[in-house]
Amino acid sequence: MKKPFVRSLALAASTLLIGGTAFAQVKIAYIDPLSGPFANVGEAGLKGFKEAAEVLVNAKGGIMGQKLEFVGFDNKGSPQESQIQLKAAIDQGFRFITQGNGSGAAHSLIDAVNKWNARNPDKTVLFFNYAAVDPTLTGEKCSFWHFRFDANAEMKMEAITNYMEADKKIKKVFIIGQDYAHGHQVAKYTKEMLAKKRKDIQLVGEDLHPIGRVKDFAPYIAKIKASGADTVVTGNWGNDLSLLVKAAKDAGLKARFYTFYAGGLGTPQAMGAAGENLVLQLTEWHMNVPTKSTEKFAMDFNKKYPGVWFYYLRVNTMTEMVAKAMNTAKSTDPKAVAIALEDMRFPAENGEVWMRKSDHQLMQPLYISVFSKADGKAVKHDSEGTGYGWKTVASVTQRDSQLPTSCIMERP
Amino acid sequence: MEFVAISLLNGITYGLLLFMLSSGLTLIFSMMGILNFAHASFYMLGAYFAYQISTWVGFWPGLLVAPLLVGAVGAMVERYGLRRAHRFGHVAELLFTFGLAFLVEEIVHLIWGKTSVDYKIPLELDGTLFTLFSTDFPIYKGFMMLVSVGMLVALYALLTRTRIGLIIQAALTKPDMVEALGHNVPRIFMLVFGGGTALAGLAGVIGGNAFITEPGMAAAVGSIVFVVVVVGGLGSLGGAFIASLLIGCIQTFSVALSISITDVFALIGVTLPAGSQVARLTITQLAPVLPYLLMVAILIFRPRGLMGAREN
Repeated sequence: MKKPFVRSLALAASTLLIGGTAFAQVKIAYIDPLSGPFANVGEAGLKGFKEAAEVLVNAKGGIMGQKLEFVGFDNKGSPQESQIQLKAAIDQGFRFITQGNGSGAAHSLIDAVNKWNARNPDKTVLFFNYAAVDPTLTGEKCSFWHFRFDANAEMKMEAITNYMEADKKIKKVFIIGQDYAHGHQVAKYTKEMLAKKRKDIQLVGEDLHPIGRVKDFAPYIAKIKASGADTVVTGNWGNDLSLLVKAAKDAGLKARFYTFYAGGLGTPQAMGAAGENLVLQLTEWHMNVPTKSTEKFAMDFNKKYPGVWFYYLRVNTMTEMVAKAMNTAKSTDPKAVAIALEDMRFPAENGEVWMRKSDHQLMQPLYISVFSKADGKAVKHDSEGTGYGWKTVASVTQRDSQLPTSCIMERP
Repeated sequence: MEFVAISLLNGITYGLLLFMLSSGLTLIFSMMGILNFAHASFYMLGAYFAYQISTWVGFWPGLLVAPLLVGAVGAMVERYGLRRAHRFGHVAELLFTFGLAFLVEEIVHLIWGKTSVDYKIPLELDGTLFTLFSTDFPIYKGFMMLVSVGMLVALYALLTRTRIGLIIQAALTKPDMVEALGHNVPRIFMLVFGGGTALAGLAGVIGGNAFITEPGMAAAVGSIVFVVVVVGGLGSLGGAFIASLLIGCIQTFSVALSISITDVFALIGVTLPAGSQVARLTITQLAPVLPYLLMVAILIFRPRGLMGAREN
């Protein structure tokens, strides 16, 4: 009598276990700096993804009934550590990864993912890049296993230089950047494009500084000042940008800054009133671009995470597109998801976006905005509680943002 | 002209901050023979303590209390840690301070998290002190200079005009003799260690909000203070002072020099092969390395440093 009872108990337990896997989650490994000089940037991104998964996917039925979850892996901003964290994520069963902070780490991950997938065709891994903007990632080094959801540095510089072309007040330009792939690319495109569009503009200086290691930019600002530059172009991000504009503010430098990333992560607070009309940014969106539901999402986010301000619309776009691809493909197999993502057109909050099949680069509208006093109208929302926010001065449609690609993709 | 004047001011401000950091280290180093690898960790503790205090009662109490707290922590570390490690020789001491640096960083991670904290300059010090040509000089930088110079004067007075200062000075060069005269040398060691770490703490209080208060801040300055001590010379506060200003100015001015290595060699009549990566590096890019280059050169050509008191 006893034995069958034990057996049925064991059977019941095992069915419960199997039943448990039906609620298993679709997990994406977030491999970005969660410690070190860029920890604040990495933390903000992770919070953004978690919130997006919760509100935009899980609350609306999830992925074929399963929950989407983002899990943080600290790569300390280093390419070597990224590979170790990728290995750790794969060992824990992750099949999807996302990364954004630093093209150096993105290059390292793209290589590692390509190698892994070639050797393990039954356990492939897919890489969603939400912020690493080195154009070669969708150019010479493009991969079927990599999708980028941010406009690349070439597209961004194209838009910025088009805007600069029309501003006849610009006479002297200084380029300052972080000494790694991204900083080099921004400098290269700035020089090439300005040489074509505005031959009269003089390049009065170009500096690359060690990434994440300069704590006092006063010497660089003194140099910019001495060069007589009226305009500064920088691809800096995180504290490298906050400290740069802080030093410019302290020294009373009155040059205009063209940036990619001044809209968040502490930079608005670092510049305060001193940035008014002097700091511009090129982004896919900012708080004063009207949307259907992101305004509310952002305000809820800011309330939920005091001190972290909603900044990355593309994080939301990426999360929704990935969920849609999985639901359309009715699969969470990386290859099927990749194929579903290719050529996808999606009504994002900043307009219709398109994932180009030939290089896996997302095409989306872009906005150039200038730091201005919040007035409740054009500048409805201020940024990081400073009383100043972003005012759109130019925009680029999704179609106009497209540039030809040099990608020759190997498809599995 | 404007550039030289502003860069000089920037260099001196940075140099004075370095001096505050390294004065304690050079005292500890020369007196106790301890290479305190954790010295910069006390700088970081100073910044975090001041941040914590500023969230409760504002910046000014923190300016006084935070260094005292750091000094107390330092004294405890000497009394209950280093003194025990001392029995097992210099290697044990060295390893102890090395481990301590990691320990402090982890503790900071646990208490304040891995991201930077929002330690702000007080409102009354936020603004422009004066405008030189057309560049503004912030009040806070002036304040930093004032605190550093005040500290230098106080330290000098303490060491040369008071009895305890005389004993410390004597213990710097002849510890055995001082002990033979009946002074409690271990207690002097504890005082010097506590005092030295308090100075580092003070540097943290005013450096933390001038730059950024984050768990990586100790590692960022950790190696440069050793350069100051080596270049300045063991046991010489004057040497540390000159070395700090020198390194502050080198770092500030080297940023400005956009000439490449090829140009430098061309000055002495050597033509480097064109096209190599190294030859195209500019002095600006080399700026972070230059202090270490100086240290290596000093060790080769003048091992006792600029104003060192002892050879060993």
